[in-house]
Amino acid sequence: MIAWMNWTPTVIVFFAVIAAILTVMTVYEIVSPCTERKGFLPIETTRGDRLFIGLLSAAYIHLTFLAVSDVTLWVALAVSVAWLLVLLRWG
Amino acid sequence: MNKIPDNRAWWLVLPVFLLVAFSALIPLMTVVNYSVQDIFGPGQAYYVGTEWFKEVLADERLRDSLVRQFVFSGFVLLIQIPLGIGVALMMPKSGIKGSLCLILIAIPLLIPWNVVGTIWQIFARGDIGLFGWGINQLGIDYNYTGDTLDAWLTVLLMDVWHWTPLVALLCYSGLRAIPEAFYQAAEIDRASKWAVFRYIQLPRLKSVLIIAVLLRFMDSFMIYIEPFVLTGGGPGSSTTFLSQTLTTMAIGQFDLGRAAAFSLIYFLIVLLISWLFFTAITHADKEK
Repeated sequence: MIAWMNWTPTVIVFFAVIAAILTVMTVYEIVSPCTERKGFLPIETTRGDRLFIGLLSAAYIHLTFLAVSDVTLWVALAVSVAWLLVLLRWG
Repeated sequence: MNKIPDNRAWWLVLPVFLLVAFSALIPLMTVVNYSVQDIFGPGQAYYVGTEWFKEVLADERLRDSLVRQFVFSGFVLLIQIPLGIGVALMMPKSGIKGSLCLILIAIPLLIPWNVVGTIWQIFARGDIGLFGWGINQLGIDYNYTGDTLDAWLTVLLMDVWHWTPLVALLCYSGLRAIPEAFYQAAEIDRASKWAVFRYIQLPRLKSVLIIAVLLRFMDSFMIYIEPFVLTGGGPGSSTTFLSQTLTTMAIGQFDLGRAAAFSLIYFLIVLLISWLFFTAITHADKEK
């Protein structure tokens, strides 16, 4: 199926990572359910909300890097991961 | 009495999940996959990384149609939401008049998109169309095939005609759900009509308005058939909205990689704005 639908390794890794994140967060949620809280974001969020915000902003961070600079996207990835962690912890 | 939580019912969602995975998730993943490749044909695909994204982001034509799209959706919301509320407020509350109004108002919603486009294409023509001819008779030079402003106004008017009923119907159902006691209390307080609207009707309409705004934003942001039939995106490219640019790219030029990259950006914009709307409104609700 991988050859038939022309899947490339990059995309497989990309979706595997997202699936892994979702699985880990689900297990985490079952083990210790979270409650809504207020961090530095202007709204009260649950852990899932913060993950969603983090992933969505990661996409925009990558696009911004592509649009305005020629820096390697690994930098964008590092920024996104850092931002995601900050969000999850203090958001 | 203690209730024991039983989550086994979630298994019943499994068929839907599989169906959605098959019809939406996997196709979306395929789009992501295409966006990093240059595909010439079966077995002839080359990995290009983020090349397409870079090109798409720098493309003037796409930027222009993105701006047009935002302006269009902005106007759609600005006109249709207040107008829809107004229409709903003026509709008879019950009885045969109410039912008649409902049916009349719902008619535009029942017409298929391409027929709406055709109707307006003829309706707005200066030579054989009633609307275009009428406007020209008033001494106003109106020609939607040649003038940018006229084309825009016609597309907007068509969308208002087609979709304001949806907003009106949603608001109407919201208004009918307000208990009579609220109005009675307002009457005792001698509240003015405006106060009744501002402090009783509008807050109570909030949840239907969330849905109306979201639906109207997303629908207008993805509008394709109506302007395609009405103006074909012209004159020039003045009414070429995002989806039409995208379709030309994907099907007209068969530029799958570039079109896939662009679809993803399009998807991210819709996702972000819908989320913002939703969060802003539900959050405002919680504050109270």
